[in-house]
Amino acid sequence: MYETKYHRASSADEAVKLAGSADDGQFIAGGQTLIPTMKQRLASPSDLVDIRNIDAMKGVNVDGNKVTIGAATTHAEVADAPQLRAVCQGISDLAGHIGDPAVRHMGTIGGSVANNDPAADYPAALLALGAEIITNNRTISADDFFTGMFETALEDGELITSISFTVPDKSAYSKFPNPASRYAMAGVFVAKGGDGVRVAVTGAGSDGVFRHAGMEEALGSNWSADAVADADVDEAMMLSDIHGNAAYRANLVRVMAKRAVAAAG
Amino acid sequence: MTTVSMTVNGKEVSADVEDRTLLVDYIRENLKLTGTHVGCDTSQCGACVVHVDGKAVKACTMLAAQAAGSEVVTIEGLANGGDLHPVQAAFHEHHGLQCGFCTPGMIMTAVDMIERAKASGQKLDEATIRSELEGNICRCTGYHNIVRAIEAAAG
Ligand SMILES: Cc1cc2nc3c(=O)[nH]c(=O)nc-3n(C[C@H](O)[C@H](O)[C@H](O)COP(=O)(O)OP(=O)(O)OC[C@H]3O[C@@H](n4cnc5c(N)ncnc54)[C@H](O)[C@@H]3O)c2cc1C
Ligand code: FES
Ligand code: FES
Repeated sequence: MYETKYHRASSADEAVKLAGSADDGQFIAGGQTLIPTMKQRLASPSDLVDIRNIDAMKGVNVDGNKVTIGAATTHAEVADAPQLRAVCQGISDLAGHIGDPAVRHMGTIGGSVANNDPAADYPAALLALGAEIITNNRTISADDFFTGMFETALEDGELITSISFTVPDKSAYSKFPNPASRYAMAGVFVAKGGDGVRVAVTGAGSDGVFRHAGMEEALGSNWSADAVADADVDEAMMLSDIHGNAAYRANLVRVMAKRAVAAAG
Repeated sequence: MTTVSMTVNGKEVSADVEDRTLLVDYIRENLKLTGTHVGCDTSQCGACVVHVDGKAVKACTMLAAQAAGSEVVTIEGLANGGDLHPVQAAFHEHHGLQCGFCTPGMIMTAVDMIERAKASGQKLDEATIRSELEGNICRCTGYHNIVRAIEAAAG
């Protein structure tokens, strides 16, 4: 790891100031992506601004049909929040299956979303739930936020402070984890709510998380696992690597979609 | 250099380290507590698991500076003098190790898993134990006796 300077922020404003006044400052939340990346010398921030101790950025709040999750809330805290499980089991289950227990104790929803790994789980949930990503200076819809592999609409130095979404009528997530890394080979989040049906796919797309219009339409008129069994998944859009080729991933997407709909009930 | 202070196994400790120092290096190099192991450089093997403020974390994927002010427990902090911690005793009894390289991380993960299960009133069955061990890799045992030891310790 290259040298770096560590700072601990106690408020979102302080974090943004500290990162902004550094040469090449970066936020560090759980560090579960950033530290491995720095160890490989693929990232070399001059300054790290720790946002894990900012109380205002932590916690899960359910108010009527609106859910707000602080960006620095860990995966374990999301998975274990009973008030969230009661209204949106899909996201609770998803959080409880990210990586392993030690990763879930440190990794945060904000870090996961900001990183937008093409195999990360949360991007699928946020896209399917039509979530809003709230930063220190604006609100971005999930549809506009995820712009490609490891790419987001965030500007340099912009801090995600929370995520919010409307409680869906039904939701579920089904993931086929890579047996070594536990990241998704394909993960499908289905949600049915006021805006109709939304289906988001992670792990499989060569351009990161995406919505599947064909499955959304099919499920809109017939909410059943059968409705997506023969969905047309474009192999040309799929990742193809040593873990699985495009045809394999396209099939996994259909299977995960079927399982997710069945689990949502 | 920054002075990083924390509590490790109940003792207040302090050392001047570079900001990029990993918690695992702080524990091994500065405190000379070498029970915490490093088995990979990809955050996947779990040999380095310690407890920070009561939670199992990978000490190779945390900066010492991030843990400043925290309560840390390492494998050396479990036994009470000559009396092994019940999970250590169960690993001994059920032969939950061969070379022993993964064992500190396995035991720290097991203690954390048992405490969380107790707190939530959940019974630790074999399937749950196996999925909770996803972040801990063992090259020797085939996991069978590790799972048995944890089942026994969980009661
Ligand atoms: C062994 C292992 C297995 C894993 N398995 C999975 C898995 O199955 N599924 C999965 O989805 N993920 C997995 N992960 C990744 C994990 O979920 C990370 O926690 C997550 O991707 C990043 O969150 P973090 O809080 O650790 O972010 P960090 O590593 O601290 O930061 C990641 C990036 O996001 C930026 N950032 C962090 N917080 C904010 C914020 N609030 N606003 C703006 N930018 C911010 C940082 O500057 C950095 O660029 C795994 C990781 C490991 C080590
Ligand atoms: S050394 Fe920490 S996970 Fe392998
Ligand atoms: S006992 Fe040798 S690695 Fe587990």
